[in-house]
Amino acid sequence: MFLAKVTGRVVATVKNETLDGRKLLLVRRNHDGKILVALDSVGAGFGEQVYVCRGREASFAFTPQTVPSDATIVGIVDHVDIEPDPDVDVDADIGEAGR
Amino acid sequence: MKIARVIGTVVATRKDPSHEARKILVVQPLDLSGQDAGECLLALDSVDAGAGDRVLIVQEGWSAASSAGREGSAIDTAVVGVVDQVRMA
Repeated sequence: MFLAKVTGRVVATVKNETLDGRKLLLVRRNHDGKILVALDSVGAGFGEQVYVCRGREASFAFTPQTVPSDATIVGIVDHVDIEPDPDVDVDADIGEAGR
Repeated sequence: MKIARVIGTVVATRKDPSHEARKILVVQPLDLSGQDAGECLLALDSVDAGAGDRVLIVQEGWSAASSAGREGSAIDTAVVGVVDQVRMA
């Protein structure tokens, strides 16, 4: 799982029927800035800091429904507590959520 | 599995029900010399690890979810052990 920020939304009229009524959001990964599309399972909105589950397990957020997703937003982050460690460059590693 | 260092925790009120009552830890994978190796990631805790601990993480979904006692749920990474020491032959 990784931290990300919701930066946009994807609208698709024609899609798998199990995706009907679900939000497709653009998220920017904190650690490298890469943008990807993630399915929302928690009601996340634009600008929110979230964490995302990858892989086959991403579809388990919608159990018992079988939903095709390889990246699902599974939590909205309130805050991140980082233990200060002089050996770790926190800003570089986790981005703005750690500040 | 990888060895990683716990550097923090994530607090989230709205989250998948399978993550309730478990810590979500920010972990930094390490190489064998203890240096950072790769990107930070989030892992569900199954062993009551804390910040500063050197831990073992699994990044395979079934193992991760079952270690937290929540098979078939949305968990792709989990902390499954606290490393006491690593000895090279």
